[in-house]
Amino acid sequence: MKRRDLIRLAIIAGIIVAAIAYLFPIEGKIRLGLDLKGGSHIILQCVPTPNAPVTEDSVNRVLEILRNRIDQFGVTEPVIQRAGTNRILVQLPGVKDPQAAMELLGKTALLEFREVVNVGPEKPLKPQRKNYSSENEYEEALKNYKEAMKEYEDTIKKFKERTKKERELSVNFNRETGRVYLLGKTWLTGKYLKNARTTFDRFGTPAVSLEFNSEGAKLFEEATRKNVGRQLAIVLDGNVISAPVVQEVISGGKAQITGDFTLREAQKLAILLRAGALPVKVEVIENRTIGPTLGQDSIRKGIKAGLFGGALVFIFMLIYYGLMGLVADLALAVNILLIFAALAGLEATLTLPGIAGIVLNIGMAVDGNILIFERIKEELREGKTMRASIDAGFRKAFRTIFDANVTTLIAAAVLFYFGSGPIKGFAVTLSLGVIISMFTAIVVTRSILDVLVSMKVKALRVLMVPKVKEG
Amino acid sequence: MFLRNVPKINFMDRRKIAFMISGALVLLSLVLLSVRGLNLGIDFKGGTVFQFTLAQNAHVSDVRAVLSQFGLGNSVIQKASDGSFVVKAKSLGRETQLKIFNALKKRFGEINILRIESVGPVIGKELRRQAFIALVLALGGILLYITMRFKFDFAVVSVLALIHDSTIVLGAYSLLWKEINLPFIAAILTIVGYSLNDTIVVLDRVRENLRAASRRFDYKTLINMSINQTLSRTINTSLTTLLPVLTLYLFGGEVLSNFALALLLGIIVGTYSSIYVAGALLVEWNLRRKTKGRSPALRTTRA
Repeated sequence: MKRRDLIRLAIIAGIIVAAIAYLFPIEGKIRLGLDLKGGSHIILQCVPTPNAPVTEDSVNRVLEILRNRIDQFGVTEPVIQRAGTNRILVQLPGVKDPQAAMELLGKTALLEFREVVNVGPEKPLKPQRKNYSSENEYEEALKNYKEAMKEYEDTIKKFKERTKKERELSVNFNRETGRVYLLGKTWLTGKYLKNARTTFDRFGTPAVSLEFNSEGAKLFEEATRKNVGRQLAIVLDGNVISAPVVQEVISGGKAQITGDFTLREAQKLAILLRAGALPVKVEVIENRTIGPTLGQDSIRKGIKAGLFGGALVFIFMLIYYGLMGLVADLALAVNILLIFAALAGLEATLTLPGIAGIVLNIGMAVDGNILIFERIKEELREGKTMRASIDAGFRKAFRTIFDANVTTLIAAAVLFYFGSGPIKGFAVTLSLGVIISMFTAIVVTRSILDVLVSMKVKALRVLMVPKVKEG
Repeated sequence: MFLRNVPKINFMDRRKIAFMISGALVLLSLVLLSVRGLNLGIDFKGGTVFQFTLAQNAHVSDVRAVLSQFGLGNSVIQKASDGSFVVKAKSLGRETQLKIFNALKKRFGEINILRIESVGPVIGKELRRQAFIALVLALGGILLYITMRFKFDFAVVSVLALIHDSTIVLGAYSLLWKEINLPFIAAILTIVGYSLNDTIVVLDRVRENLRAASRRFDYKTLINMSINQTLSRTINTSLTTLLPVLTLYLFGGEVLSNFALALLLGIIVGTYSSIYVAGALLVEWNLRRKTKGRSPALRTTRA
């Protein structure tokens, strides 16, 4: 074996080992699209109504309500973002109940100002071992945590029991802190709120200013009179977003909520308040929700088709091209491995059409090798030696392979640019497949063949040299 | 085994028949497309599809009875092979959808929703426009690339071959009344890529032969020679691509099958067209030009 061959083989082996090490264990490495793991892909459109035009601000408010709701729904890794000027894209992976998810979106946000009857503790944080210097301290913290947790749960239980007797009461939480509240009478709702803005109090710390309409001003005055020195909860969609203490009776319909706000928190609170006050009409214009069972089924079928199709191609190459075919099969295996490694490395999302792309690629991947082998055959027919034929075969086939694949890449690029969700996934796997198959067909096959030739393996010629010379 | 030697099939003498076949197929496809149209799925038309399983055994007619309360009695309602129901209806609002699910729940007990897909008519229209732009852009890009790498006449015949292929696949979908959805557009663009892949391999050989042997042979012989030289590759690649696509069609489930069918048709037509549309048109083009003057000189654009 020549030194050059050895180095090349070592590089390829290195790439393969790196890909395997990177990819296995495979769980969680490949990001699955919503069509495979199940979930909702929803596009909402903000529709203007006579008293609520769609503006930059109103779209932001809708975004904020949706975030608020989706957090409550407990979806992990949701995507909530603006799409264009008046659209919002929401992706909820792994939603088990599509109906509930749909009910969640599109309904009008409810903002309420409610009396606080009782306040429970915040939800305690579970201690982390790494934050403690000794085992004893950690044990101690853990014990404290358990006690606090018990108290927290007892409070919830106690509150809930009271709601059974007194219908007006309800148990609500502040989702950020986990603090539990027992809330009473609703004094006024968002429809009386004219505006909410971020301002600064006299100490220069951020605050939120509220402005009510005339009817709201009366109700708010009443609410503050009854609750001086006590808390009044601001509740959006059942979630307590703030519970400021009423300092004094507020008449005239203007109030300020102060506290230890950062500017961001104040802005967020203002947006949430406005969200409850001025809901823009939101329409679901596109909703694709796939349950998890259907996605699982698709993966299983796709893998089955891929394995079966791959096996057929494998056998075909082996029968038709003999030992050379086996080399191409090896290259194909490397090709598939590298596609998955690249998908994982690029954090691309594998979609159902993406699986189709990979299966299709199995067939197209060997095309490079077929082109090369046919050229080698031709050279052999002209009576050249094995080495010379391989050299010429690769040289002549390269240009063809290159030109033929660039056109597929052009189509894939267009798909990527125009496609949405699953189509983008297909475009990515198709392009990866094309690029990787060029590498495996040209570099991997070449290196193995060169080694085999220098080892003078006779079987290479089997099925390659024509029995009948051309007349 | 097969094709051990370079075959000597005179493809180009049969090009008149091929033109007639291709012409007839394209014409038939165009007629089908204009008269019968395409079965546009909700992606392009807007509408609502939902799929669900019911706890108790039910017939399509039972489900239809529930749906007719909502004026959806004449919707497409199918029972899939796994026992789930697929309903395809016009675009339904969120409220209506919820009402329908509740009604189904009331009538059949438990209902397990597997899938809801709802596309508004506005989005459908946008997607239609986008798909059209995508096709035009892809064709334009490819035309440009081939002109750059080969010659203009090569580019024109390749794009004609592509249009030929995609028209026939569309015609077949019209005939079979198969649904056109977003994955189908992906399939068509892939066919475009594949069909070209095939055409380019042949044209690349023509380019090479023109350079090496254009003085010794006439154009028709050159093309014939090129096709024959690449024939075993054409057949082998078509086979290795067809095999996985065929398994995808057979075992891939509803969504993948529809996608695979387009690819299947595309690969078959694409293989044929690289010989009998691209190759044959190239012969026609150059024979006609030759009568005006000398044989065409090849611009040597190198790799």
